[in-house]
Amino acid sequence: MSFISLLWVLLLGSLLGLELIGKVPPTLHTPLMSGANAISGITMLAALTLIVKAEGNVPLLIIGSVSLGFALFNVVGGFFVTDRMLAMFSRKPSNKK
Amino acid sequence: MNLPVIIKFVIDLLAVLLLALGIKGLSKVKSARDANRLAAFAMSLSVIGLLSYYLGTSGIAIQSWIWIVIGSILGSLFGATLAKKVPMTSMPETVALFNGCGGMSSLLVALGVAIFPISGAQENFDFFKSLINEVSISVSIFVGAITFTGSIVAMAKLQGWLSTPGWTQSKVRHFVNIVFAVASLIAFFDLINGNTSSIWLLVIVSSLLGIGVTLPIGGADMPVVISLLNSYSGIAAAAAGFVVDSQLLIVAGAMVGAAGLILTQVMCKGMNRSLVSVLFGGSLSAQSAASSGSGEYTNITSCSVEECALTLEAANKVIIVPGYGLAVAQAQHTLREVTKKLEQNGIEVVYAIHPVAGRMPGHMNVLLAEADVPYEQLKEMDVVNPDFPATDVVLVLGANDVVNPQAKNDSSSPLYGMPVLDVQEARTVFVIKRGMSAGYSGIKNDLFDLPNTSMVFGDAKKVLNDLIGELKDLGVGEK
Repeated sequence: MSFISLLWVLLLGSLLGLELIGKVPPTLHTPLMSGANAISGITMLAALTLIVKAEGNVPLLIIGSVSLGFALFNVVGGFFVTDRMLAMFSRKPSNKK
Repeated sequence: MNLPVIIKFVIDLLAVLLLALGIKGLSKVKSARDANRLAAFAMSLSVIGLLSYYLGTSGIAIQSWIWIVIGSILGSLFGATLAKKVPMTSMPETVALFNGCGGMSSLLVALGVAIFPISGAQENFDFFKSLINEVSISVSIFVGAITFTGSIVAMAKLQGWLSTPGWTQSKVRHFVNIVFAVASLIAFFDLINGNTSSIWLLVIVSSLLGIGVTLPIGGADMPVVISLLNSYSGIAAAAAGFVVDSQLLIVAGAMVGAAGLILTQVMCKGMNRSLVSVLFGGSLSAQSAASSGSGEYTNITSCSVEECALTLEAANKVIIVPGYGLAVAQAQHTLREVTKKLEQNGIEVVYAIHPVAGRMPGHMNVLLAEADVPYEQLKEMDVVNPDFPATDVVLVLGANDVVNPQAKNDSSSPLYGMPVLDVQEARTVFVIKRGMSAGYSGIKNDLFDLPNTSMVFGDAKKVLNDLIGELKDLGVGEK
């Protein structure tokens, strides 16, 4: 990919992000923040790339692995915690004794 | 184009589409839970896409597999455990911690590439390309470090592990932060000039900058900061995307960055604060101590739980105003028991949710939902404000600044202009509070001095428990 087309990707991605959440009820601010936060853990792909391309360079493998761990901590934890919050909204009061 | 490239392209495209749908769906109550799962699915899809691409082209060495498995298992395990165990009341801190780790990940990727340039970066080397590479590495490190240390400081402050040091409220902090910022710039240009070792300077000073910027911010501004840091972690991810040449990373990072910015803006509006004053104005308490901290309470009426129960029993309409104190006391379930009793007696109960009640927008909604409060009973500020004059009793539970009439009446107050709940319009207001300490902003609350306000002193959970007992004695809620 040329640098210019990557810049286009950046621009369009930003515009998409601005458009996506026009109106959010305050109720969903925390879950939305937490869900978006989990998505920012997408840097796990960069960490994976690093590990695959390390070619036996052990320090680089370790850095990549630690980075992958941090990213997955963010992703897995983020999605789980968001799901926990949202599960409370969908639960009907009548389902409980 | 060979097959692996095409497959990866299709998977990436699908992942972006699903991520966008996920963020979109997260902004509607009905679709939010499915949308979150959709986004999680899209993330796993993107990993499969990347791994299958490498398997189909260069292959993945056994050694790489080992490190991939170690990193993924440890990260996922800790993340899932924490997410399952953490109490709902400390949600803001948890989001901050996760967020900081995302920033750390971007930082480490950039650092790794900077110290050990990966194969491919040197091929068809030219000046322009290496410049772009260095700039994106620097941005990734700079933003990643700020996200990490800033989030950790935010978490520590919310947990109460860190307080706001006095010097950070003086002008000194601007000087200190400017020094850090200038040092980062120097490190940045040094790095572009080919001095690789200055990368460590960049790591250190941008980490310090993250601390220096977050430390002075306190109180009600904290959620805004977390949201902003969330936006930063998206930017850091996008910068890491430039480092490893991944469009998917750039799109997803940019989306999160932009969406986070919008959310931050929405939150600022809710508090009637501008982003600039949140970031550079210092904490509200410091300003108020200087300007209007002198106010003494002159007309406090305190009353017993029994009186409160009697008034509640005679009411037709009750509005509950929850705040952070409710979260701290973990009293949401006890509150629900009280309101259940009232409802059984035919009393209309509504919860008034201020946009920034608690430490995070939506914090109260999450908390009350946990206690099985029907979603329809939660009313937003604009909806509920006209109802107060027709309300018999308002119960203020651990909320303070969001019910301060000063925000409407006193133009010299630091709170002036912030939208508040007009609880003083109701016939009777009960404020359940531990003591006379000021709210998070440190400002005197004029509501407490009003003749129709009575204070019920005590821990929210204990008072509510006593209230249940009193209501029982009165026969409320018994069929």
